[in-house]
Amino acid sequence: MSDAGPLLQVRDLTAAFGRAGAAAPVVKGISFDVAPGEAVGFVGESGCGKSVTARAILRLAPEGASVTLGGRVAYRGRDLLQLPAREMEQVRGRRIAMVFQDPMASLNPVMTVGQQIDDMLRHHQNLSRRAARRRTVDLLGLVGIRDPASRADDYPHQFSGGMRQRVMIAMAVSCEPDLLIADEPTTALDVTVQAQILRLLLRLRHELGMALMLITHDFGVIAGMVEQVFVMHRGEIVERGAVDAIFRDPQHPYTRALLAAIPRIETARRSS
Amino acid sequence: MIEEPLLSVRDLRVTFPPRRGRPAVRAVEGVSFDLRRGETLGLVGESGSGKTTTGRAVLQLQRPSAGSVRLLGRELTDMASGDLRAMRRHMQFVLQNPYTSLHPRMTVGQILSEPLAVHRAVPPNRRAERVAELLSLVHLDPKVVDRYPHEFSGGQRQRIVIARALAVNPDLVVCDEPVSALDVRTQAQIVQLLSELQDKLGLSYLFIAHDLAIVRSLAHRLAVMFGGRIVELGDADRIYETPVHPYTQSLLDAVPIPDPALQRARLARVAPEPHIPRHEADLSPCCFGEDHRATGRPRWHEVGPGHHVSCHFWPTAQAGADGANAGQG
Ligand SMILES: Nc1ncnc2c1ncn2[C@@H]1O[C@H](COP(=O)(O)OP(=O)(O)OP(=O)(O)O)[C@@H](O)[C@H]1O
Ligand SMILES: Nc1ncnc2c1ncn2[C@@H]1O[C@H](COP(=O)(O)OP(=O)(O)OP(=O)(O)O)[C@@H](O)[C@H]1O
Ligand SMILES: [Mg+2]
Ligand SMILES: [Mg+2]
Repeated sequence: MSDAGPLLQVRDLTAAFGRAGAAAPVVKGISFDVAPGEAVGFVGESGCGKSVTARAILRLAPEGASVTLGGRVAYRGRDLLQLPAREMEQVRGRRIAMVFQDPMASLNPVMTVGQQIDDMLRHHQNLSRRAARRRTVDLLGLVGIRDPASRADDYPHQFSGGMRQRVMIAMAVSCEPDLLIADEPTTALDVTVQAQILRLLLRLRHELGMALMLITHDFGVIAGMVEQVFVMHRGEIVERGAVDAIFRDPQHPYTRALLAAIPRIETARRSS
Repeated sequence: MIEEPLLSVRDLRVTFPPRRGRPAVRAVEGVSFDLRRGETLGLVGESGSGKTTTGRAVLQLQRPSAGSVRLLGRELTDMASGDLRAMRRHMQFVLQNPYTSLHPRMTVGQILSEPLAVHRAVPPNRRAERVAELLSLVHLDPKVVDRYPHEFSGGQRQRIVIARALAVNPDLVVCDEPVSALDVRTQAQIVQLLSELQDKLGLSYLFIAHDLAIVRSLAHRLAVMFGGRIVELGDADRIYETPVHPYTQSLLDAVPIPDPALQRARLARVAPEPHIPRHEADLSPCCFGEDHRATGRPRWHEVGPGHHVSCHFWPTAQAGADGANAGQG
């Protein structure tokens, strides 16, 4: 196992809003590893720090905010938190790609969907304009957008919520990253398209050895996709373990409470 | 005697015009349903099938290309804008994203007072009182009026969004994915809150969501959309137990199971392609044996009490073969 060290090694990661980290930290010293090709899942209540953690790995702050980070985020042994900005630029999108929770905020409203994917491909892969567009159309088809060649000329507001989410996924996987961080990637999708996207992610894992860090509130999704689960609560990881063990025998009371609250499709509305 | 429905939608159509070589998008192609007082209609279906557009067209946030929308007995589609503005207090919208749907630089008090002022719902000297009342209604401490949205959790923000929608005492609330951004415990609390408010205030909900378990916990009736049309409509429990349209069946079959071994096995299986044709010739007879061109009746069939199914998008015997190599379709 010596040369197969972790792809990502996070140690005592802290994140606090404000320039000098003036506010109380919202991520309070969390540590975890992701092995090459491994899939890990993050669950936990709204506001517990999952998205801040995910963005911290890429040294990104939420729109309009500034965040002070502490600790260590080693990618293939190099601490990303110390990396010069230019080198960080090489990692982002190419080695580590991210699907953000809010697709509308991460798409440019005045550029067509196709232009945005083209630009991303050309930036990272040196493709000609025509080759990039061919690949863009393929990618849109891959995520189940119908008539991808003509829909590529639409602007983001002309897409439905779930179509925008799929555009984000297409962009994130376009450069075949080593690690895909997916923050609630399928919340806006119906379950048949969701299954199609989940199968696509599994295929990329097997074909490219891509590692996956999946954040979701959906326990049905986490169940089939990851090997390890981290349960976060108020900025800390309160439980970690193999996915089967977490579902079968949760230890922490918070994990138990979450599992007990999973909505069941068998439950009809209470009649009044 | 049958009471008149609160909302009555007939043959609603929304077409987005063609542009720059892109053909027109027929987002909604003849949707009809009724919503009674105090009732929840769940609206589920394929991503891109026209659910949000339907919700927006009902509220006249998107002008329909054709069809009728009657609320409280009044036709909205040809209403003058002044009258429509007055009707807006009867119909409200609750959106998915609790982070972007609240203005970051307004306090909770300002956010909740705004609709009261716009609709002159209460006299200025009673606004503070109404704001406090609204906050208690959604189980927030009235003392939070001076705080800003970023100081709240996602679930709390969604409570504020709901309080804002309720400020003007609406009859109809269109909820578009109101809980999909929330954790399962918070989801359960918001669902509980919505159903409690319905009992207390007699609200009607058009509830759009992808989580079929959440929809089941709230909906009295269910409408399933595919390709711009409703393909199945009826009593929610009945459809969940005996779905008839092939699309509804494939949807219910795809609900992920919160059990790692089962769910892995399911994803590993070859995708159960539903082979649902999108563009079909007018089949005669249709899958229910009716020649609609001859009878002139809509392609809509009653399969049980109040349970209707469309004969659109029905796989034919050969459809399996051509669906399989449709590739990127
Ligand atoms: N722009 C911001 N300014 C100040 N605080 C913020 C900002 N964005 C997030 N926070 C705070 O940071 C904490 C963690 O937020 P984060 O978005 O990581 O939660 P999350 O676990 O992703 O929640 P959700 O499941 O709702 O997406 C929250 O308490 C939130 O209030
Ligand atoms: N402003 C617009 N201009 C052009 N096309 C649009 C516009 N808004 C929506 N559409 C198209 O209309 C169709 C229906 O979109 P809609 O947002 O209603 O779907 P939806 O059922 O809500 O999907 P989702 O579940 O993904 O949110 C889609 O093909 C979409 O691209
Ligand atoms: Mg988040
Ligand atoms: Mg929608």
